[in-house]
Amino acid sequence: MSVIILLLIASISIAGLFLLAFIWNVKNGQYDDETAPAIRILFDDKKPGSQQTRHQVNPDNSSKNKAKNKATTI
Amino acid sequence: MDKKQLTQSVQVCYHCGEEVGSEGISWEDKSFCCSGCKMVYEILDHAGMCDYYTLDKNPGNQLRKIRNDQFSFLDDEKIQQGLIRFKYESQSHVELYLPQIHCSSCLWLLENLHRLNPAVISSQVHFERKQIKVVYDHTQLSLRRLAELLTSVGYEPYFSLHDLKTASSPVDRSRIFKLGVAGFCFSNIMMMSFPEYFGIDAQEQALQQLFRSANLLLSLPVFFYSASEFFNSAWSGIRSRFLNIDAPIALAIVVTFFRSVYEVMTQTGGGYFDSMSGIVFFMLLGRVLQDKTYRQLSFDRDYTSYFPMAVTVVRPEGVTTVSLPELALNDTILIHHGDLIPADGILTRGKALIDYSFVTGESMPVEKEMGEIIYAGGKQLGANMELLVIREVTQSYLTQLWNRQEEKKVAKEKPSFVHALSKYFTWVVFAIALTSGTYWLMQDASRALNAVTSVLIIACPCALLLSNTFTNGNILRRLARNHFYLRNAQTLENLAAADTILFDKTGTLSTGKFTEVRYHGEPLTFFQRRCLASLAAQSTHPLSKAIVTWAAIHQLIPVRSFNEIPGSGIEGLVGDELLTLGSARFVLGEAYPASAFSEVYFSWEGKVLGKFTFSNEYREGLNGLISSLKKRYAMTVVSGDQSADQSLLQHLFGREVPLLFDQLPTDKQDVVASIQEKGSRVIMVGDGLNDAGALLQADVGIAVTDDSNRFTPASDCILSADALPMLDLFLRVAKANKRIVLTAFVVSIIYNLVGLFFAVQGTLNPMIAAILMPVSSMSILLIAFGLSNWYCNRLDLK
Repeated sequence: MSVIILLLIASISIAGLFLLAFIWNVKNGQYDDETAPAIRILFDDKKPGSQQTRHQVNPDNSSKNKAKNKATTI
Repeated sequence: MDKKQLTQSVQVCYHCGEEVGSEGISWEDKSFCCSGCKMVYEILDHAGMCDYYTLDKNPGNQLRKIRNDQFSFLDDEKIQQGLIRFKYESQSHVELYLPQIHCSSCLWLLENLHRLNPAVISSQVHFERKQIKVVYDHTQLSLRRLAELLTSVGYEPYFSLHDLKTASSPVDRSRIFKLGVAGFCFSNIMMMSFPEYFGIDAQEQALQQLFRSANLLLSLPVFFYSASEFFNSAWSGIRSRFLNIDAPIALAIVVTFFRSVYEVMTQTGGGYFDSMSGIVFFMLLGRVLQDKTYRQLSFDRDYTSYFPMAVTVVRPEGVTTVSLPELALNDTILIHHGDLIPADGILTRGKALIDYSFVTGESMPVEKEMGEIIYAGGKQLGANMELLVIREVTQSYLTQLWNRQEEKKVAKEKPSFVHALSKYFTWVVFAIALTSGTYWLMQDASRALNAVTSVLIIACPCALLLSNTFTNGNILRRLARNHFYLRNAQTLENLAAADTILFDKTGTLSTGKFTEVRYHGEPLTFFQRRCLASLAAQSTHPLSKAIVTWAAIHQLIPVRSFNEIPGSGIEGLVGDELLTLGSARFVLGEAYPASAFSEVYFSWEGKVLGKFTFSNEYREGLNGLISSLKKRYAMTVVSGDQSADQSLLQHLFGREVPLLFDQLPTDKQDVVASIQEKGSRVIMVGDGLNDAGALLQADVGIAVTDDSNRFTPASDCILSADALPMLDLFLRVAKANKRIVLTAFVVSIIYNLVGLFFAVQGTLNPMIAAILMPVSSMSILLIAFGLSNWYCNRLDLK
């Protein structure tokens, strides 16, 4: 029956880890702003001053397309 | 492609999306409405940051013209200390409020500030609070330059005295932690209680005792940490001789815990740790949902949020910037066009044309001559002027008015009906517990304690608390979705109890703009109208602006010379024509009285052609709102304005509604108080600082705003102006709230009765408790959400 005790310890410590992760998240302010992270993830990471971005002004290029492009490159 | 063609055909500014008029600029293949927008585009194009325009369409903000020394106060050491959060070696951390933040492009641009200026190390936007946190190298970039950098791309930081006074208090997250801990313990206790529910083989009794001990351990954090909120609240209630709903709940938690500990210790049973931690978890969840605050809104603003952070002071040795708290008596301050006057003073130089609409509600600007006293809170519409400070900022008329209201604020909190109901409930529970206790004492004394504790466990009014918090939380959420934000759940009850509604006029019922312009006199030719608009466009007076809008001329003629006399009118040469526009005395001659600007006369080459009259534009949907409110509420209109629109308002509201004009802020407050003395509950609907007193005095103060990010006076609710016609529906929802809470409560009583049936017999086993608790909690949850959503949908709310 000692296996049950082992399982018990394992399951509670995993759940405890999640609890700690939750508290850490909240303390870190990850739930403070619910809007910005959702938008931020769609931005491309471009190096400062990259020439590619200059004069590239196609208004139809919506952020959704970009996300798609990004996904395919990954 | 279609979209592109569409934008070209209506010619909107590539940067800000405003319509491109005659002054539009074409550059490369884009058109801009003004040089400011083009400038921002050039800055971004130069830095290779045109992604800004691809993320969202026409995302920019129109540049407001700012003075060169607009942010010079940021060079002051003391002001910097107040603003900079954290500073070491070459890094400074600062948080700035940028009210213009509105789309994903804003976010992108602001988080790529380092590309515009390498001295910016990092920047992070808090979208909901419209704040940006910038880390920058202060050896290379001053705070002032940072503010100017942001302004140059269309995001002008807003600084107010309030920022200087208080560092924003850290958010209280303890309840979330308590909820997390309770959830963790609850789920694990439930898991380890399975042997209790289904039994366990006799040879594994040792294992069962292990599970029970683990449950006991896990329940400790719930009892001592998560539930502490109920104990504290109950204790403070008892100390002030008030039995609130937390008192019976705390009692039930204590009884459950100690009985369970006793059972585990004496190895007589498994206790009810699962029920106890479960109920604590659900009740905390309800409270978290109910008290979810709208962080982007502030319900408690005082005058410091409106006042500037610093003023320009004229000293013999030169002009300096002084932070507002340091402003002393007998300082001479320089007030620029468009500035708010921060302290009472005597006008010593220049002409004053003061817009007091914010303080008094009077929409016409007031003219002041040299030597007259000008009170704080007004806005200078004329050119630069100098004031001699005669009262310190904290002593000014406006500040005094504010402090007077602060005192009244305390007495406003009323206990919720839930507390009253729980009190009766508690007495009934005590009666049942006593009866069953005495019965068992006579029959079988060993079961007496068991029966009494079971009754107390089962019949705690947690269902009432759950139905209340979940219903409130959901209704607050639905109302917020319709742009009606409430300070807290208690406000819902106050709204439902009200029977009288007071409306402010300017800014609340009307838009505060003079868009309804009527012209009386000889018909004007197109050319005359064009000249007239060109001249009027030179003035910043609200009536001149209204005339420009009325004329609807896109291409203005250059004005060769003009002379504006504040408070009188404007005359000028447009093309070859001499035009005069202004008050009767200004245009017609000295013989006419110097009446207030309710009419504007217009003369062409010395010949009077006609006059303009103005009326306020009323918000849309008022007719419907008022006719439906009239059936159920007494109403009154209190206005700080003149009685110009009396007949129109009387027609709108009907004969029986009193209309009060020329009301000072204190008068409005007194009107509210006198209605309250007759036993009525009052809702005050207002907008400006002039209504602040009445908003606080009323049982519920609703602040109407055109833009919820703008500043509203302290109030209980913030209502977006476009949602004003739905006020009637909101009030109906508030009334339904109580009925829904009670319905859910009645259903939960059925569960309680089932539980009591077992409890009084002293045969409540863990299995029954374990089923009853989650089932009743979940069904209350469903009823609360279901009924409130159903009701909101029926009223066609979003």
